[in-house]
Amino acid sequence: MNVGTYDCIVVGSGIVGAACAASFAKDGMQVALIDSLGAGLLATAAGMGHIVVMDDSPAQFLLTKYSQNLWLSLSDRLPPTAEFQKCGTLWVAADSEERSEVERKHALYQDHDVSTQILSKNELAVLEPELRQELEGALLVQSDAVLYAPIAAQCLTLDAASHGAVIIDSEVISIGQGVVNLRDGRILQSQRIVNAAGERSPQLTPGLPVKKRKGHLAITDRYPGFLRHQVVELGYLKSAHTLSADSVAFNVQPRITGQVLIGSSRQFDTTSEVDHAILGRMLARAVEYMPRLASCSIIRTWTGHRAATPDKLPLIGPWPGDETIFLATGHEGLGITTSLATAELLSAFFSGQTTEIPIEPYLPARLGEGCHA
Amino acid sequence: MPDLVKMTIDGAEVNVQAGATVAAAILMSRSGFRRSVHGELRGPVCGMGICFECRATVDGQPQQRTCQLHCKDGMVVNTDE
Amino acid sequence: MSKGIELDCDVLVVGAGPAGIAACVSAAESGARVILIDDNPKPGGQIWRASIQYPANPKSHVNDAASWLRRLQACSARQLLSTRAVACLSEKCVLAENENGSIEIAFRHAILATGARELLLPFPGWTLPNVFAPGGLQALVKSGLPVHGKRVLVAGTGPLLLAVAAFLKSKGARIEGIYDQASWRRIIPFAMTLIKRPTLLVSALVYRASLFSSPLRYGWWPVSASGEDALRLVTLTNGIQTKTIACDMLACGFHLIPNTELQSAFACKLVEGKALVDEWQKTSVNGVFSVGESAGVGGLDLALIEGQIAGFAATGKEASARPLFPKRDALRKIAAAMDRAFAPRPELRDLVQKDTIVCRCEDVPWGKLRQHHSMRHARIYTRCGMGPCQGRVCGAALNFLTGWESGAKRPPIYPVQLSTLIREPQATPKEKP
Repeated sequence: MNVGTYDCIVVGSGIVGAACAASFAKDGMQVALIDSLGAGLLATAAGMGHIVVMDDSPAQFLLTKYSQNLWLSLSDRLPPTAEFQKCGTLWVAADSEERSEVERKHALYQDHDVSTQILSKNELAVLEPELRQELEGALLVQSDAVLYAPIAAQCLTLDAASHGAVIIDSEVISIGQGVVNLRDGRILQSQRIVNAAGERSPQLTPGLPVKKRKGHLAITDRYPGFLRHQVVELGYLKSAHTLSADSVAFNVQPRITGQVLIGSSRQFDTTSEVDHAILGRMLARAVEYMPRLASCSIIRTWTGHRAATPDKLPLIGPWPGDETIFLATGHEGLGITTSLATAELLSAFFSGQTTEIPIEPYLPARLGEGCHA
Repeated sequence: MPDLVKMTIDGAEVNVQAGATVAAAILMSRSGFRRSVHGELRGPVCGMGICFECRATVDGQPQQRTCQLHCKDGMVVNTDE
Repeated sequence: MSKGIELDCDVLVVGAGPAGIAACVSAAESGARVILIDDNPKPGGQIWRASIQYPANPKSHVNDAASWLRRLQACSARQLLSTRAVACLSEKCVLAENENGSIEIAFRHAILATGARELLLPFPGWTLPNVFAPGGLQALVKSGLPVHGKRVLVAGTGPLLLAVAAFLKSKGARIEGIYDQASWRRIIPFAMTLIKRPTLLVSALVYRASLFSSPLRYGWWPVSASGEDALRLVTLTNGIQTKTIACDMLACGFHLIPNTELQSAFACKLVEGKALVDEWQKTSVNGVFSVGESAGVGGLDLALIEGQIAGFAATGKEASARPLFPKRDALRKIAAAMDRAFAPRPELRDLVQKDTIVCRCEDVPWGKLRQHHSMRHARIYTRCGMGPCQGRVCGAALNFLTGWESGAKRPPIYPVQLSTLIREPQATPKEKP
């Protein structure tokens, strides 16, 4: 049963798919956005919802910075329930080695017009009095923000719909050769099928080098004023999360409700149950940095899966295995941040325009021939 | 006479029967304990620690369920009022 | 943040109400090493909760309580009171906390006697201060709240209404009326089934007699409550007439619903909101039993029988358990009749208005919820059920209003002090490249 041909079909209405659908629809394309769950209900709802500039690699830096700017200009149009808050990120240094990392990061961000400020030990203690006293200062990235991502995904989906996109509530069972098969028997056709199914994307496009990387989060009761900035340990990149083994790092966020959202952990694990051993390690890490968190009440803990690629960069662009399939997946822990840039890159790619930043580092073809079936 | 404990509720010193819960002690002088997230006044409902409507700050610790706490000498309780 | 205590036992009993006490005593008297935990400071649960002014009455049905509590104190079981189970660490280990910190309890069998809570249904004004659950008001009075001279209206449904009204009256409250939404058409057949259990009928009549001066009406339910900062007026209807009554307190609840959060954490199968159990009270998870109200609301006598059956079955004393089956079956029939008699009527679904708060923790009104089609959608898009009560109040209310199932629960079972979840603080050496 064929029910339609579209200029573009986006599979998955997580934050990335929703952003793509909104962007393509605004370009005047006939768009279908398909998801059986509803907007932003999987990894988008499970994650922390940060909009951060990260410098793990030059390509990551460019993408996160570009996308953050897009978020900042969109923020005025988000409803209050999206809880957008430009709280800034504090990268805290625990020792002299990490303190030198503050300097390096500061110089890099300044060179690229990202506003940052080095904070001394005392200045840090004033900004975040709940942090332990012995820290060696921090780097404040002023433009970083947090938001409640499922509502943002919902807004982007509505935005797409208001520009003519068709929202289809059904499960996609297969894609390829210009055809999308739905669980309910419907068949859709398009020469541009965008796989934005995140952690589920390899099921639809076998051979995709995307693995599920499980994370845990915990959220406290409301303690207004306890925390004002997102705070991340500088060891975040250089140690814990670059290892392939299970790891935890200190990362806390203030929510508009006064709650403290506590992360983070990384495990290559496809189960969704809370693993109390790693949850305990993650919380112990948080208490090392913020001792009084120990007596706060935890209301809920949960897990989610990041869609992780081998080189920690997303897959944006044509899939070499099928000329009708395009990818917008593999964003790992930066899906919220980089969703808007992903959409803009693909949209420029489709319309043959020059992209705002080079798309090459994110093209799926970079991973070589061997990565697809 | 039953034993009494002396405690402070919203700045006022009160004597309460030993063994009473903090919720019962607060209810003697006021029925609203907390302001809801949109500012409505709320008081205890379930009496057994389930509904979380009887929360108050006890000895500096916010969000305590007062129906589950027993009054102690010197306890300082603050409601949202 | 010292490393928590670790304990080990043959049988862990969670909940020290009648079902838990019966399970604990039966297992311990069979020779097993038993640990009993409860979040209250004293055993007895909600129904045997002692009053601070008036210690347990040695007369009447409290006879049962006295003898079971004596057997509990005499048996070898270790009691951990003011201790709450907060998470399942594995199929054979529970994490609990008390004011001294965390406790890990490993077991071979667990008997979950987690009791029930009152079903609270939203109507305009139900969030006003001085609107209580009936059992909640009773518990507050037992723990020191004076009600002498207070005008109390009792409404909702269920056998608890009469018992609470009689209790409050005995403490000097003026009962302005007892209004049960169940119709006489449903109450009379239920009363007939009680003829086989005359003690229940007699206690109902005794309660009623003590309340001779207060109106008792069936087929009436509350439609709204009002007042500035606290309750002043309650409006009731029987579907044809309405009346408005001035009062200081409203005790309103719609019978009981099982507490199954711990059962869910163990992944026990639930049916119609209660733990599914076999003849031995075993749940779908090996080694885990569920007894008393958590396996279906049925009252004190049924709880005691189910507790004993599980206590015996968990310790290989099936022969002692089997003779209790006929009595359990008979009591379950009464429970089923009670469920039918006091089932909330459909009209109660029409009380909520667009601006009536349904989720009290996050202040989510009905108008924002009804557009969604599942609890998960409602949670994510409105924050409904994301507050500290973890959906215990609004989840049950929405299940009645919309049929939504509350779905998978995430740990902890109760909000928990963060440090309780840290079990191996030494296991996080700072990783260096």
